[in-house]
Formats: sequence, C-alpha cells, structure tokens
Amino acid sequence: MTRTDTASPALELDDLSVAYHVRGRDLPVLSNVTLTIRRGEAYGLVGESGSGKSTVALALQRVLPANGRISGGHARVAGKDVATLGSAALRQMRARDVAMVFQDPGKALNPSLTVGRQMAEVFEILGAAGKERYRRGEEMLGRVRISDPARVMASFPHQLSGGMQQRVVIAMALAKDPALLILDEPTTGLDATIEAEVLDLVDTLRQEFGAAILFISHNLAAVASLCSRVGVLYAGRLVEEGPARALFADPRHPYTAGLLRCLPRAGFKGGPALDNIPGFPPPPGSITRGCVFAPRCGLAEERCRAEEPPLYAIGSGRGSRCHFHDRVDDLPRMSEPPQVNSPERGPNVEPVLKLEHLSKTYKLPGDRRVQALRDVSLSLAPGETLGLVGESGSGKSTLANLVLGLAEHDAGGRISLDGTAIAPSVHARPREAVKSVQIVFQNPDSALNRAHTVKHLIGRAVERLAGVGGAERDGRVKRLLEAVRLTPRQLPAKPRQLSGGMKQRVAVARAFAADPRVIVCDEPTSALDVSVQSAILNLLTELQAERQVSYILISHDLGVVRHLSDRIAVMYLGRLMEIGPARSVLQGPHHPYTEALLSAAPTVTGERGTRIKLEGQIPSPVNPPTGCVFNTRCPRKFAKICETEEPGFAPDAEGHAIRCHLPREKLGRGRTGPGAPAAAETAASG
Amino acid sequence: MSATAEGIETPEGEAAPAGPAIRAERSTLGILLRSPAFLIGAGIVLFWAFCAAFAPAFVPYDPLADDLLNTLAPPSAEHWFGTDQIGRDVFSRVLVGARDILTIAPLATLLGTALGTAVGLVMGYFGGWVDAIIGRLIEVLLSLPLIIVALMVLVALGPATPTVIIVVGLVFTPLVARTVRAAVLSERHLDYVPAAAVRGEGALHVMFVEILPNIWPPIIVEATVRLGYAIFTIASLSFLGFGVQPPSPDWGLAIAENYGVLVGGFWWTVVPATVATASLVVGVNLVAEGLQRALAE
Repeated sequence: MTRTDTASPALELDDLSVAYHVRGRDLPVLSNVTLTIRRGEAYGLVGESGSGKSTVALALQRVLPANGRISGGHARVAGKDVATLGSAALRQMRARDVAMVFQDPGKALNPSLTVGRQMAEVFEILGAAGKERYRRGEEMLGRVRISDPARVMASFPHQLSGGMQQRVVIAMALAKDPALLILDEPTTGLDATIEAEVLDLVDTLRQEFGAAILFISHNLAAVASLCSRVGVLYAGRLVEEGPARALFADPRHPYTAGLLRCLPRAGFKGGPALDNIPGFPPPPGSITRGCVFAPRCGLAEERCRAEEPPLYAIGSGRGSRCHFHDRVDDLPRMSEPPQVNSPERGPNVEPVLKLEHLSKTYKLPGDRRVQALRDVSLSLAPGETLGLVGESGSGKSTLANLVLGLAEHDAGGRISLDGTAIAPSVHARPREAVKSVQIVFQNPDSALNRAHTVKHLIGRAVERLAGVGGAERDGRVKRLLEAVRLTPRQLPAKPRQLSGGMKQRVAVARAFAADPRVIVCDEPTSALDVSVQSAILNLLTELQAERQVSYILISHDLGVVRHLSDRIAVMYLGRLMEIGPARSVLQGPHHPYTEALLSAAPTVTGERGTRIKLEGQIPSPVNPPTGCVFNTRCPRKFAKICETEEPGFAPDAEGHAIRCHLPREKLGRGRTGPGAPAAAETAASG
Repeated sequence: MSATAEGIETPEGEAAPAGPAIRAERSTLGILLRSPAFLIGAGIVLFWAFCAAFAPAFVPYDPLADDLLNTLAPPSAEHWFGTDQIGRDVFSRVLVGARDILTIAPLATLLGTALGTAVGLVMGYFGGWVDAIIGRLIEVLLSLPLIIVALMVLVALGPATPTVIIVVGLVFTPLVARTVRAAVLSERHLDYVPAAAVRGEGALHVMFVEILPNIWPPIIVEATVRLGYAIFTIASLSFLGFGVQPPSPDWGLAIAENYGVLVGGFWWTVVPATVATASLVVGVNLVAEGLQRALAE
C-alpha cells in the first residue's frame, strides 16, 4: 500500500475544541487541545474518567454523538482535516487511515460470526477478492503471533480467551495498515500477564508496521511501558505533555504530580500512606476563569484563579499548563493518615480465620468434575492482610466464596473462626459468624442495589448483622458513614447520585456494619480512578488499624497488594503455589510463577526487567497437568519429576512456603518491587 | 472533613460525567410528556376512564331504558347515534358501556401481573430444575389458544364477572412470568445478590426487596401491553356470551346483540361500540409503547 502523503504527521490536533449540546447549552468537553503524533510514534493520553480522553478518539474520526461537535480548531489525520472532509473522503479516511481498538474485545467482535468471516470482511472493504480475503486474514493473524491461525479463523469469538480476542481485534485494526492506531484502554480487564503480552505485541507491531499509536489509558504504568511521549488530560485540557520517562520521573504539573503520588508503587505495608487529590473534577463548563485545576491544587494562588495558564514550554519538548511549573516539587501532601504497622504474628497469636484442606469440586454435565480449589490451608491473624494473587481462573474467587459461605466447600475441609468450626453455607451459620465475615466487591455499581438509598443499604446490613433496629440502627448508620468519611447528607441518596469513590465508601461501610473480623476485598479499587483508589486504600488501612479487622485482598494490581498486604498467597489452577510474608514473596526466592507475574507488571518509570513469558494458556482445570500443575508453562522446568510428582509445600522458619521442586537457592529473586531495578538473571540463566 | 480524600458534596451536586456519556438527564415523566404517541394514547384512555366513572351522570338517556315505539332509529339530533333493536339510545350506551370493560380488564391484568411476577421471580432466582419444570409448564400453556382455554373454563364454571377476572388473569400469568424471568436473569448476576446473601438474607427478601424494585420498568410495560390484550379478550368473551351479561351496555355484548341487524343496514347499532373498543385498545397500546421507549432511555 502506498501513501501519497507520508511527510505529514499521523495526527495533528491544532487547538481542537469539542462541545456537547446539553439542555440548550454548549458544554466544552475539550478545550484547545494541541498535540502532534509523528509517524511510527506511540503517544499516551492519560487522564481520569471524564477528562475527555475518549472524546479525542471520537472527534478525530468524526464519530461524536449526535449532540457533540468540533467547536474550534482542527484535527488532521495523515494531513487530512477531518472537519472538512466530504462523506466519501471521510469514509475513505476511516477505512484506510485510522483504526481503533476498544476496551472490551468481547464486545468488539460479532459473537455470531466466525473470526474468519470477520477478518475476511476487513479485506473485503480493502478490495481483496473472495479467497484472497481469507488467505490474507489468516496471514494477518499470524502476524499478531497467533500460533494456530487456521484454528482461530474457524472459531467463534466466545471460544477464544480474552487475550486472544484482543489479538484478533488488533489484527483487524492493523490489517488496513493504518497511519494511526487508536487503542482505548485495550488492556483494562485483562490479566497482568496477558496485559504485558498485549503491550509487548503492540510495541513490536508498531515497529513492524510503522503505525503511529494513540494509547488512551488511565493506567499510568501501561502508558509508561509503551509510549515515548505522554499527554495528561484534565477537564478537557492538555495540562502537561512531554517524553514519558521525563514526565513521570519529574512531573511539572501539580495534577500529574498528584496522580503519581496516588499510585501505590514503592514500599510495603507500614510505609507512608498514599497521597490523594482532594475534590472532584469540575463539570464541563463550570470553570470559566483561571486554571481548571486551581480548586483542587495545593499550589494555587490568586493568580491561578484569575488567569488561565498558557502551555509553558519547559525545554526538551515538554510543556505544562501551570503558572508555577517550576515549583511542583513543593506541592504539599494532601493527606497524612497514621502509619500502620504489621500486626504481631507468632505461635502465641490465635488466628482469627483458619482454613484447613479446603477443596471445591463442581460437577459438569456428563459426569465430569472440575476442581476449582484444591487442598488450600492457610490462616489469618487479627489485623492482618493476606494478598491473594493469580490469573483469572486460579481459584481466588472460589476461595473467597467458600470463606463467605456463598459456595460450600467439599467434605473434608474445615473453616474455623476464632477457633470454632463454622458451617460451609452462610445460611447455616449463626449470626455471629455471618457478621464476622464480610466482603467489599470490585464494582460498587453492581454490589449496591440501585433501587435502595444509602440509608437502606447500610441500615439493612446493621439490622441483619447487628440485630438492632430503630434509633439504635440509625445511630450506627451515622457512625459508619462518618467512619468512611461520608456525611448524613448522603443518607437519602441512591447510588447513581454518588461518585464512584463515594459508592465504594458506602460498600465499605456496609461491610463494617457489625464489627466484622474478616473482610474479603475483591479487587476493591480496580473499578476506580487512580486518585479515588488511593483514598479508598487509605481508608481501608485506617479502618484496619482502628478495628483490628483482617483482610483477604484479591487484586491483580501488585502495587496495591504490596501496599496493603502483610502476607501474600499466590494461586494457580486452584492450588496455593506460594505463601509467605509479603517481603519474602516479592523479593524472593520465589516460585517461578510468582516471578513471571512480577515480571509482567508494568511500572510507571517505564523500566522493566526481563519479561518472563509464560507459554500457552492456563490449562483446563477439568484435566489439570500431572505432577506440578505449573509444569506445562514453567520456564524453569528442569526434570521429569516436575511432570510426575507434585512438589511439597513446607514452610520455612518465617512461614514462607513454595510449591516447587527446585531448591530455594536456585529459585529466582525478583526485583525489590515495581520501580526497582531488575534482577532476573537467575531466571534467564536457569 | 478537610482531610477527606475526595471531598464531600451533596448528592445533587454530582459532577456530570464528561465525554460521550453526556446527556441531559431527563426524568421518565419528562420524556413521556414529550412523546406524542403517549399523549394521544393517554388522552384516549383517560377519556374512556372518565366516561366509565361519570357517564351515567351526564348521558342524555338512561342506557337501559327501552323505547319500543322508537327502535332502530337512525342517528338524529335527538339520538346522536340512533337507537338499537329495543329503542335504547346508542350514544348513552356506548359511553356508559366503558364501565364494565374498564373494571374487569384492569383487575384481570393486575391479577395476571402479580401472579406472573411472583412466578417469574421464582423461576429466575432459583433457576435450575425449578426453572426447567415451570418453564415447560408455561410452554404447554402457551401452546394452547388462550381464548379457547378461557372459554373452556368459563363454560365449566359458568360466566360471572369474578370468574372472568380470574380466568383472564390466570391465562396472562405465564406470559408475564416469562418477561419477569428474563428481567430477573439480568439482575441475578449482579453483586448485590451475593451481597444480600453474605448478610444472611433469605430467598424471599432477595426476590422481593432486592430484585423486584429493579425490574419495575419491564413489568409496567408488560402490564400495559397485557391490559390492551385483556380489553380485547374480554370484549371477545362478552361477544361470545361468556363475559359481561345483559342488560349491561358493555361494548362486546352490544356488538353481539346487534350484529344480526347489520345486514339490514342498521350500522349505527354496532359501529360505535366497535370503534370504542378499537380506540381503547389502540390508546392502551400507544401508552405501552410510550412507556417502553421512555423507560428504555
């Protein structure tokens, strides 16, 4: 494919403004955004929900919703001004020059057509003949490193894993050899290992195809690992721009600096609390004078509220829309909750929760069985946090459900709470046990009944769990609201009237309704924006220090796990592969699987150790591998014994157990943490 | 409060989400009042409801009073819609005739909706074999022509207004149950269901307090659609002699009594009741459509 105009940049936004017409008013959603993406360059656009990131992607393809329009400036894709293109030229531009990959590949693919049919469609648009379309589709799948393109072509989307689906979508996008590839949160919702694979793939393909990439994400680390330049969007304005490394290492806008301080990236539990950004992003059009960030900025002065800052150039291709861009280092911390130290743990501390030989077998049609959890034993001390990590399908949620009594464990296992065995099903447990084990779900939109008010949501939990009603209940509801930093003003509100962070606070308050002993936190912050995430993490830390509650924290974000956990358990295919103090598990020596998980986590500094790639998919739990269940994907598999014998799981003196045949001195030692230099040589040579 | 992470604001002050999600949040009522279909439908239904309630007070003649000296009189200034075979004023009878149908049809719909909602909740919530067994039963019921089923029961039990209500209600139950079941299934997987379980709530609470308030929109739409069918079904039953009984001025009954003289050219004895029935069904359906659109937004 030849392109007449290869000299012009892939994307040029020149003072682009977009407005949505709402209730007779034009609300500015993007204001004077100027940025350029050169051919072959990867540009990251970061910002929280509502910042206008996705509007950029829509505007430059001219697919804004009916009430939206480009109200000023220009967007040029490969030199063509999208605002002035005629309908034929516009279609041509969308068909040839721009391709977009959306967040959820499951929704981007048509579930009723085979992948082959959908791939062929792309080439049909490009004018390929009948059989040629399929041949080129298959070839394209090969180029996105799908090892068996013929099989994938014949498959329906639901028969593929999430990572594989995203590869297919990327293949379709790249099929037309676009000048600009837009990736809108392409890895949100994927496992860390798959996210890493997809990011690596995109990076390789960028070099192969020479396509420019506009990478839109709220995940700063993912952006840092892929992009060479980054723009930070806040309330529709590009507040800072620059080379990725320099920008993340030394932010020159208080908003960027605030976001970075919100990230749990260094240090273990007991370290300083995360910072946060107070307040909320302004509704579009609400701030007409001065700097949009001033109401939330710790550096703001009179001048900021009066005069909108221009984009100050600060050398080496960097710019910041802050009057005081040279004083960002002085940005005061916005929160200072008390530090929390890890609880005492030893033989004399009675565990609050003890799981012994828990297994869970599900029956499948046709007399097949799948063991979702196998022989898990662990204990939890009062005030302790156990981080639970592993890919989807590793059994984390099953374990949580067994503890909560939402699913019943197989006979032979035992769950004890404060030394007393409790029934497998929540319906058979006494109230004392029910109130002691609670959960904070991942998504408050789903976990809070949208038909009920905050008062009812928390009140009902108090009523059921504490067994009190009337004024006593109302008093407790008020105290719980205060504990999660909400006010009685929120009592009559329904969930949709609250922001994401406030909703999650209500969910936390509900879990704390009646002095719980153990709370399962199932990805408690992954549905939230970075600045809100840090506030919720701080809240969980504070409540734990106050009330000596124990957490079982399920998260795919290793930064979050590191920040909150005293101990970490790593699960794979329903088995515990490793368990031990957070520091030992993360720093090593650790299990090869843990090592691979750690190496997959991108860091905001953009540095990454040697990526340890896991070959293939998680095996089917219906038919798990013999011997060590990890042997089919293990990069450190060394002998026949891995396939024949399941390794032992004996803990060392500090309670660190690793299910691996390799002796400890041969096991990998990881980086000391995301952000620290890599030390994966052992893995490379082993 | 100043240490608060995200700050506090009144729930009403919630920041509007920017981006493509921006849309003026309009109340369902606001949308309805701007929908011509809904307004026309609601106008027709309200007109007939008004007639059902107050027509006896203002119609020019007693709808039951016969006048054997003036039978089958064509429309005139005296009798706007003429008179029927025994000289009753057709105009008065049509207006008052709304009364029976607008009592029986809503009650039957209410019964069918209530029962159907309960059955649908049970099917959707429990799933598994409960769902499978009730599901098969519903399929068997739905495979029979409804009007025939209703007729058989009415023949067996004898026509009486409460029987008509119960029979039509029961006939509608499986239809409503199917809709409710589908709505429950889309709620069932949301986390508020396990969230209720971990505080030890029983099945009844989860079904009726947690799930039911979230599935009102499809239930209301279904009930309105059913009301249209109920009017139609009950008018048919009356026409066949198993619904409302004489001497009521009911429309279906009026058509049945007079269609024999239609061939003689006495169209005014039948057409007003026919148009009235049709307009009411159309009105209810317009309301249903308006509701469906408004609630879908």
